[in-house]
Amino acid sequence: MNPDAATIAAGAPIEVDLAPVAEGQDIKVFWRGKPIYISHRTKKQIDEARSVPLSSLPDPQTDEARVKSGHEQWLVVIGICTHLGCIPIAHEGNYDGFFCPCHGSQYDSSGRIRQGPAPANLAVPPYQFVSDTKIQIG
Amino acid sequence: MSGPSDFQPTNPVLRWIERRLPIFGLMHSSFVAYPTPRNLNYWWTFGAILSMMLAVQILTGVILAMHYTPHADLAFRSVELIMRDVNYGWMLRYMHASGASMFFIAVYIHMFRGLYYGSYKEPREVLWILGVIIYLLMMATGFLGYALPWGQMSFWGATVITNLFSAVPYFGESIVTLLWGGYAVGNPTLNRFFSLHYLLPFVIAGVVVLHVWALHVAGQNNPAGVEAKTEKDTVAFTPYATIKDLFGVSCFLIFFAYFLFYMPNYLMEADNYIPANPGVTPAHIVPEWYYLPFYAILRSIPNKLAGVVAMFSAILVLAFLPWLDSAKTRSSKYRPLAKQFFWMFVVVCVLLGYLGAQPPEGIYVIAGRILTVCYFAYFLIVLPLLSRIETPRPVPNSIADDVLAKTGRKAAPMVSAVIAIMVAGGLLVGGAQSAKAEGGEVAPPAQKWSFSGPFGKFDRSAVQRGLQVYKEVCATCHSLSFVAFRNLADPGGPGYSTAQAAAFASDYKIKDGPNDQGEMFERPGRPADYFPSPFPNEQAARAANGGAAPPDLSLITKARSYKRGFPWFVIDFFTQYQEQGPDYVTAILEGFEENPPAGVTIPEGSYYNKYFPGHAIKMPKPLSDGQVAYSDGSPTTVAQYAHDVTTFLMWTAEPHMEARKRLGLQVFVFLILFSVLMYFTKKKVWANAH
Repeated sequence: MNPDAATIAAGAPIEVDLAPVAEGQDIKVFWRGKPIYISHRTKKQIDEARSVPLSSLPDPQTDEARVKSGHEQWLVVIGICTHLGCIPIAHEGNYDGFFCPCHGSQYDSSGRIRQGPAPANLAVPPYQFVSDTKIQIG
Repeated sequence: MSGPSDFQPTNPVLRWIERRLPIFGLMHSSFVAYPTPRNLNYWWTFGAILSMMLAVQILTGVILAMHYTPHADLAFRSVELIMRDVNYGWMLRYMHASGASMFFIAVYIHMFRGLYYGSYKEPREVLWILGVIIYLLMMATGFLGYALPWGQMSFWGATVITNLFSAVPYFGESIVTLLWGGYAVGNPTLNRFFSLHYLLPFVIAGVVVLHVWALHVAGQNNPAGVEAKTEKDTVAFTPYATIKDLFGVSCFLIFFAYFLFYMPNYLMEADNYIPANPGVTPAHIVPEWYYLPFYAILRSIPNKLAGVVAMFSAILVLAFLPWLDSAKTRSSKYRPLAKQFFWMFVVVCVLLGYLGAQPPEGIYVIAGRILTVCYFAYFLIVLPLLSRIETPRPVPNSIADDVLAKTGRKAAPMVSAVIAIMVAGGLLVGGAQSAKAEGGEVAPPAQKWSFSGPFGKFDRSAVQRGLQVYKEVCATCHSLSFVAFRNLADPGGPGYSTAQAAAFASDYKIKDGPNDQGEMFERPGRPADYFPSPFPNEQAARAANGGAAPPDLSLITKARSYKRGFPWFVIDFFTQYQEQGPDYVTAILEGFEENPPAGVTIPEGSYYNKYFPGHAIKMPKPLSDGQVAYSDGSPTTVAQYAHDVTTFLMWTAEPHMEARKRLGLQVFVFLILFSVLMYFTKKKVWANAH
């Protein structure tokens, strides 16, 4: 009952062009049936994410560990709430990040859980930069 | 009931079979000669009611499966086409969908009855545990079935529930992938859910056979809670129990028919009339009402794994009931304390159900935690403790004594029980209702509709004018893809003739092909064609409308709703008010205001609408006075347009409504007469037994 060969093949890596995404904007792409949020973060959002003391986080993780160095403005996360799998809304909530309408979990501008029932941060999918304006997810 | 039967058929053919397969003897000893306690009350008829409901579900389900397509792209449409095109398809589907709710109402009464009268105690432990297994299987089947229409609630309910398993340490993710058959809920998930949904009812039927077998070995419990000792304590199953069950079943069918023919969507979520969309989460994901108490327990625990464990424990604890409650006295009738706590427990379950439908914030979370503690305390503290400290009242010597003592004094506890159950049901249902999409701060004003109430009919000329408004205004942006031109000539619709419908169709250009050259071409519409959509696909619709795709209007009056709140949902049940959708649609059409009130800013490209949730709607004011020229002299005002087009859209959402209400009336008359007959037959049969 595990995924069949066609499903696995359809889950191959995809490339996403980041050039049209302006600062402060974000796009949602689908990979393996999951929504992936790609945010072009503002300076303010990056600073906010980096100034939070780790000890105050329910799932401590530095912002540096969640983005690729040299591409700090890009946050790539799987847009699936770690509580029960709803899709959080970008640019909502008290932390300049994501807000899940189902059970009220709030994530910050690094996709880390700050408030609500979700146990973990939004997952970062495997991805790398192919060029400065293009990433490959998967 | 046990041991070889001495039944001998008189017919030689039957006797020939009986010698080789003693099936008639088995039937005779199980359902004719089988002795039942003579003091059983009507709570004991729910066993028969449940058997009937299982049969109804399997029968309607098998026929529905003949018309249903288990594919993510086609499932929603195939369910809608069952409602529209299959002969009595609307009845089959509503019977199956509201039948699930009826099944659960009956099983909850059945379980509470077992709890109250101590039916789980020695020697009926296995019987009880088999019942818990049936209940678990029912929950699984209900959940799998709810996913099949592939609406928004189906999809997101499936996502949330399958994600529960990701809480399992180490294996969680692999279990979830195994359930999905992919990387997310999708087509493989739907396929396996369909397969399992078809399988499990037969497993239930198998366990029901074991359940009945165990029942017939141990014998039925009874309100006095003393075992049958002599012949005087029992009566034969047939005719005594059979006729009583038949009367119970016919009364239950009246209740069922009320939902089926008059309130078919009362227990359903409006959001499930929106096709599944993996990119949009509904504001409130609410399970079906029968899971709400357990959903409340899940959410009241802040830790994910602990929440899931608590939820499953809440059901599994039932299986240990025979050993948690070791009191010798079975029936709570003779246990003054246990009786009190039983009713408190019922109230706790109902309140948990109510909380399960509320948003998980503030006071609801705290109340949920307190009630979760109460729920478990009942099983783990109260019952074990009571069985040690409580002094029960003396039980009657025999069932016959109980029956004799009862003549004259009666009813009072029964009445209170009935009231409690009704309050319970009302609140639970209300919980589900109030959890529906919150339609903004201002509730749409209630309109007067020709189609409301038990005798409601569509106003033909309003439907015709509404069609004109749709064609001239709405159709520029909104599709109507579930309605075909031939439907315009259907009985119960706008009342056009077949020729008029064909002429209407020929005004449209329909894309067809490919032809022999492999090219697509346009041709005039035929009656069998569906209304063409203004945009080739959703993306095009989105791009042309500032990022918000105009929704399909075929089902809009059923797919939109607003919060009614307490106590309206209770009143609505009796007044049969179910026009939230039409009220909302009209309100939206009339709710545009040029200048938003002070303090409200509307983003560029959006418009202020008083009744739209959030008030910023992407649709510009669609209607203005005099825009559509009516030929029948009706006023050409926005209010009239809105009223007409909503009437039309109610017909497109529920094209067989008139047939449904007409058949409902006939069924009601029949069922009431049947019940009255059954009641007097039952009285006659039991006359010499009391």
